[in-house]
Amino acid sequence: MIKFVLMVNRQGQTRLSRYYESVELNRRAALEADVVRCCLSRKKDQCSFVEYKDFRLVYRQYAALYIVVGVTDSENELSIYELVHNFVEVLDKYFSRVVSSGAIMFNLDRVHVILDEMIQNGHIVETNKSRILAPLTAIDKMADG
Amino acid sequence: MPTVSKGDGMRGLAVFISDIRNCKSKEAEVKRINKELANIRSKFKGDKALDGYSKKKYVCKLLFIFLLGHDIDFGHMEAVNLLSSNKYTEKQIGYLFISVLVNSNSDLIRLINNGIKNDLLSRNPTFMNLALHCIANVGSREMAEAFAFEIPSILVAGDTMDSVKQSAALCLLRLNRTSPDLVPMGEWTARVVHLLNDQHLGVVTAATSLITTLAQKSPDDFKTSISLAVARLSRIVTSASIDLQDYTYYFVAAPWLSVKLLRLLQCYPPPEDAALRSRLTECLETILNKAQEPPKSKKVQHSNAKNAVLFEAISLIIHHDSEPTLLVRACNQLGQFLQHRETNLRYLALESMCTLASSEFSHEAVKTHIETVINALKTERDVSVRQRAVDLLYAMCDRSNAKQIVAEMLSYLETADYSIREEIVLKVAILAEKYAVDYTWYVDTVLNLIRVAGDYVSEEVWYRVIQIVINRDDVQGYAAKTVFEALQAPACHENLVKVGGYILGEFGNLIAGDSRSSPLVQFNLLHSKFHLCSVPTRALLLSAYIKFINLFPEVKATIQDVLRSDSQLRNADVELQQRAVEYLKLSCIASTDILATVLEEMPPFPERESSILAKLKRKKGPGKLPDIDENRRNVNGSTEHSENTDTTNKCSPSLLEDLLPTDRPRPSSSSPVILAARTMASTHPFTDVLNLNSTPSTGPNLLVDVFSDSSSPASVDVSEDNFSRFVCKNNGVIYENQLLQIGLKSEYRQNLGRIYVFFGNKTSTQFLSFSSFVTSSDILKSQLNVHTKTVDPIIEGGAQVQQILNIECVSDFIDAPVLSIQFRYGGALQNIAVKLPVMLNKFFQPTEMTSQDFFQRWKQLGAPQQEVQKIFKAKHPMDTDVAKAKILGFGVALLEGVDPNPANFVGAGVIHTKSTQVGCLLRLEPNDQAQMFRLTLRTSRESVSQRLCELLSEQF
Repeated sequence: MIKFVLMVNRQGQTRLSRYYESVELNRRAALEADVVRCCLSRKKDQCSFVEYKDFRLVYRQYAALYIVVGVTDSENELSIYELVHNFVEVLDKYFSRVVSSGAIMFNLDRVHVILDEMIQNGHIVETNKSRILAPLTAIDKMADG
Repeated sequence: MPTVSKGDGMRGLAVFISDIRNCKSKEAEVKRINKELANIRSKFKGDKALDGYSKKKYVCKLLFIFLLGHDIDFGHMEAVNLLSSNKYTEKQIGYLFISVLVNSNSDLIRLINNGIKNDLLSRNPTFMNLALHCIANVGSREMAEAFAFEIPSILVAGDTMDSVKQSAALCLLRLNRTSPDLVPMGEWTARVVHLLNDQHLGVVTAATSLITTLAQKSPDDFKTSISLAVARLSRIVTSASIDLQDYTYYFVAAPWLSVKLLRLLQCYPPPEDAALRSRLTECLETILNKAQEPPKSKKVQHSNAKNAVLFEAISLIIHHDSEPTLLVRACNQLGQFLQHRETNLRYLALESMCTLASSEFSHEAVKTHIETVINALKTERDVSVRQRAVDLLYAMCDRSNAKQIVAEMLSYLETADYSIREEIVLKVAILAEKYAVDYTWYVDTVLNLIRVAGDYVSEEVWYRVIQIVINRDDVQGYAAKTVFEALQAPACHENLVKVGGYILGEFGNLIAGDSRSSPLVQFNLLHSKFHLCSVPTRALLLSAYIKFINLFPEVKATIQDVLRSDSQLRNADVELQQRAVEYLKLSCIASTDILATVLEEMPPFPERESSILAKLKRKKGPGKLPDIDENRRNVNGSTEHSENTDTTNKCSPSLLEDLLPTDRPRPSSSSPVILAARTMASTHPFTDVLNLNSTPSTGPNLLVDVFSDSSSPASVDVSEDNFSRFVCKNNGVIYENQLLQIGLKSEYRQNLGRIYVFFGNKTSTQFLSFSSFVTSSDILKSQLNVHTKTVDPIIEGGAQVQQILNIECVSDFIDAPVLSIQFRYGGALQNIAVKLPVMLNKFFQPTEMTSQDFFQRWKQLGAPQQEVQKIFKAKHPMDTDVAKAKILGFGVALLEGVDPNPANFVGAGVIHTKSTQVGCLLRLEPNDQAQMFRLTLRTSRESVSQRLCELLSEQF
């Protein structure tokens, strides 16, 4: 299962974090800093999966934005790696442009909605882009109308 | 479209976020945030009631501040208020705040529950989804109690919207995990399985996650899911991708769902139904075939998605471990990936292959890739990939390739990353021990380890080499010679000094015959390292010196001088000073006999799990060993493999966890005096001066030793495995299985003997109704009397119990008595029978005689029936010192200068029985060239000659 999803900029600042397993609030910051250090220090030709304590990190870089997913042993790494890409494509589709850490900050609530449509409770629930965006599109229509 | 925020943007929030982003320093950011917090607090406390929009804006700001890493201690109430809003965005922010910031024991839960209840009843799918998300995310007990009953019915109701079904499935999964008692299996379970047939793939995806989790807990309740999952998988795999519309990702049909279905199938053994089984095989073959087809897109996303499914299919194939063709195809596919340009694929292929290596069907196929893997070790640029290569080499190692793999690992070690050196050292040490055909190779390998990576050789590793050398007398002479040579290097690692000190202290006598390694040379060599070593090593060396005094009386004076010097007697370190004082006194006061008793050779260590293996497991943690994920395997019941399977997979994860606090061998720092008291008390003589003997009380943390593969657990067959090892020895471990270890200590005097039997309970559980008695064949009963003292019927977990056997030899005998042990462990009756090493030669008394006497008696015993001769091939390396030690151990006196040929050994002794005494002469002639021995025995009684010849000839 998925333990957490982090979106981090190149300076190592967390832009979004979602935990699917309870981690005490005061331990989150330390965990995030450590995880980020672990991924940011890696080079392009290194593999995208990192053993970290008793679980694994799967990370993917988009320009200045890093997306890091913590998964247990029972998860398929490549499928998570592509899930990240699917997530990014959904964000791109919704915001009509390439996603950046700024866009995430300004639309935190919506990014959360999107993530919640895709992953619940540490498991993938939906991968179909238009269905992921259905609730948001509905709301936007209401607001515009 | 607004660039800052979509929909009903909150201007105040956007401004605040911009401010934060523009902050030049952390201080400025904190200042800005504190200002905002004060502002929000005053708004919340203000008299004016806030409208929904403002509440949402401020709660959203708090959320943002929280995500920046600041603690938020207010605003919860306002967030809860938002739940009752009718506007989706306000409700959503409320739920988001709660699921991110409220922990499960908050006192607000009741209020939140109220909000959730209203939304569940609203029949508005978006509101219901928010409520279900919230239950799934917070998942507290109180919430579970409130809604556990409702959710299954929402999930399986016919009129529920698809998206709500998805949320309900995941919500149920959470409740099942946190409060399983509140979600009992019931009528809904059958209907949940049928969700796998749902038209909507999103629902199938969510349901598969739920069913997988439930099936892991109670596989029987969800067996019907196998056929549905296979059917669904087959439809996806064989479909033209257009059928699945939006669930196709870069030309790959529903990759995530496929992965999940394959994982669900890994909860079960291969389907029993033949048709179903062949349909599944077809699916797996199709997936393997697709990997060979030209890609439909050049995008990496396409190949990644395709390979995600492929890897999961291979996992399933390995899990089933029943279709040799599929296993070999999987192995070939992974072999291709080993040379792929994508690092990710190489990494995953190495990892998957590790598990393939443990299947008897594919072990050989995996081995064909050895060169590629070795190459990966040398050329991969990513340390985590190299680490996988090491794991794979370790997993594919067997008797046929152990030398090559160990050599490659050793040479890699010279340049290996610091982060993985220690692990490689452990692996090399384990492989060298496990696959050692002759132990000289093992000794060489470990000494090489110390040379190449001394700093990373942990205590466990060098403790282990000493345990093995002490327990295997065929390697002691070689070990002494090798460490002696290794110590010649001008700079050698301190670990080598430790091993050298210990081994020369015990077995230096075996090489002392050579003038190049005479006692004085050995001592000077060791002492030349003394000043460069740390305190614990110096302490060890001092103990080696006192052992030297016992072994070599001729260097006594030299060593006493060293001990007497100010740098020892007045050493600032109290431990060293104490050792020097006590050893010096001991050497001055004690008579040779006492000295010989106190400083007797170390008794064999109880054979137990290699401490190195334990350490490796500790390092890797449960389930992290490359060998096998036990959870995955044991469902299909085919965990038993040929001997190729690594020993490690015999340990279930729970055992591994037990292992975590493994008792480490004691560091060599406890004071000799205390130690003496301790060892005396435990009936060990004061032999453990080097503190190496780890306590024989074996807790629950002990597992099967790497050697003990052969010991037959709990069978009534009489175990004779170690019998012949006791011919020339009196002490050691005679039997060991997972539960029990039996050690012996024996003393013989003329025709009487006494054996102390030690029963060690290796588990953490009591042995009940324990009994142990000795049985003899009818013939033996008249030749040998054995009296047994009764033993306590209960052995506590981890405890050791002693039983005393008194033996009287009436006349010469061939058979051996059997020790029968019975006890209850965890309800099951265990029966063990062990052949007791009571042999005729135990009743030898050595006789010294001159050359003239010897040949005179030799001639007297010239009758044909009095002589027995045997010519046989050497089973161990032919070493003079070892042979001498064995003849002495056999019980006769070794007569020097009797035989005209100095290479021959002659011995004499008298066998004492109650009725008579039988004189015995023996002669052993080695032929180095032919690697043969000729053994001749002459005694006054034919049966005695026969029996002694049988016993002794097996020892060389």
